[in-house]
Amino acid sequence: MEYSQKVIEHYTNPQNVGKIEDASGIGEVGNPVCGDIMKMFIKVENNIIVDVKFKTFGCGAAIATSSISTEMIKGKTLEEALKLKNTDVVNSLGGLPPVKLHCSVLAEEAIHEAIADYYRKEGKLTEEEIKQKCSLKK
Amino acid sequence: MKTIYLDNNATTKTDEEVVKAMLPYLSENYGNPSSIYKLGRENRKAIEDAREKVANAFNCDSNEIYFTAGGSESDNTIIRGIAYSYKSKGNHIITSKIEHPAVLETCKQLEKEGFEISYVGVDEDGIINLNELKNLIRPTTTLITIMFANNEIGTIQPVKEIGEIAKQNKILFHTDAVQAVGSIKIDVKALNIDALSLSGHKFYGPKGIGALYVKQGVKFDKFINGGHQERNKRAGTENVAGIVGLGKAIELAYEDLEKHNEEIKELRDYYVEQVSKKIPYIKINGSMEKRLPGNSNISFRFIEGESLLLNLDLKGICASSGSACTSGSLDPSHVLLAIGLPHEIAHGSLRISIGKYNTKEEIDYVIDSLVEIVGRLREMSPLWEKFIEEEKK
Ligand SMILES: Cc1ncc(COP(=O)(O)O)c(C=O)c1O
Ligand code: FES
Repeated sequence: MEYSQKVIEHYTNPQNVGKIEDASGIGEVGNPVCGDIMKMFIKVENNIIVDVKFKTFGCGAAIATSSISTEMIKGKTLEEALKLKNTDVVNSLGGLPPVKLHCSVLAEEAIHEAIADYYRKEGKLTEEEIKQKCSLKK
Repeated sequence: MKTIYLDNNATTKTDEEVVKAMLPYLSENYGNPSSIYKLGRENRKAIEDAREKVANAFNCDSNEIYFTAGGSESDNTIIRGIAYSYKSKGNHIITSKIEHPAVLETCKQLEKEGFEISYVGVDEDGIINLNELKNLIRPTTTLITIMFANNEIGTIQPVKEIGEIAKQNKILFHTDAVQAVGSIKIDVKALNIDALSLSGHKFYGPKGIGALYVKQGVKFDKFINGGHQERNKRAGTENVAGIVGLGKAIELAYEDLEKHNEEIKELRDYYVEQVSKKIPYIKINGSMEKRLPGNSNISFRFIEGESLLLNLDLKGICASSGSACTSGSLDPSHVLLAIGLPHEIAHGSLRISIGKYNTKEEIDYVIDSLVEIVGRLREMSPLWEKFIEEEKK
């Protein structure tokens, strides 16, 4: 199994690691496949993600996908961030080994959960609307 | 960057003396050992000399040694060979939950073919449960196959007791000694071992060559059909260079056994002691007493093994892990689960296996690197964050 140069760059030097104390939204998801956990913190101002941080308990691919996806959603509107697909993340990493594709889904889910958490706290949308908007599974 | 090789349970660096012994057989000594002219006869002699060396290591006769293409082939050959040959006596085989896949997968295959397999469990130290073993024996049991020493946690099994149990019950006993050969003196007679597998590359010999000891009188089916090589058990023109290398390697391994073992064990104990002192929240997996001298297996809680290995690799350090994320199958190590570790602790396991070429400087470098990497990965871990918050309460 070989990781791309981009993946190596990201797990060697991950971006946006940590937590945001006064986060607007927090999403935590677990990986049913191998038991890993990812936690995403977002800070939202005027519908824009002004800051994002993550914590990950997982493999090199999980760390790299967390890192690059935080870069990809920073400065974006919530709607734009929700459009980010795990395939986009994988492509910008220059691909992942097939057994590691499930790790990239975790990042996408964590972002969606964090945004859902923000909407819940904001209290403008119903749970049904949030689920729909953030395409939550549960 | 310098490579620091600490994965000696995976494979070892071929000893230069072994390489030197092999070289002529990769060039001028190219004759087919089955040919009657001198070029062939000399290679036949080289093979028989190597066989003698292997037999000497185990206190057996050289006609009880068969060369194979490695540990996996030896395991496959003998387990299936015995299963088929003794089918009229019974169809039940006992093995353990912590075997190498070469044994486990062979047993699974036999299960599909209608054989019945029982898997003995181990205690939390990784030692098989002898009482359970006794209780699993049936009138139809033909074979007990239990490893000598485990490849992940290095635990040494009570082989003598297993041999006695097998003998009392007139059951054949095979042991996968791939990890033990070269670290432990093995007398197959004293231990009542009927068959034993070994592999050259685990004790500074070449890869792709192994051997099988099978006690005189034990029947096992021919495994590869063709010519009459290896007393008509394994067809194919012999891997002469590999066999010569294996012979040299086993001779060297037992020449300086105590000295090497002592040095290796000292480094291993130093590593474990320093890690225990410098890094909190770890778990040492497997018995520290009944253990191969060079093996260590430590779980670093709240972090995942693959990311640990990747970070060690960036520092030139080679090691391995039983984490689900490294396994390809995405299941954590069956051995770590068998000793009762929960998934998330099996996740953070690191096997550092020390060999005769390692130095104290290397171990110090590894310890320093681990302190830094484990610290950094914990800072990144949501489990660590949760744990620290709960500690504060
Ligand atoms: C206990 C055990 N059995 C069998 C094998 C397989 O040996 P080989 O790689 O020579 O086929 C190994 C090595 O990986 C091992 O550690
Ligand atoms: S997080 Fe477990 S395989 Fe990637």
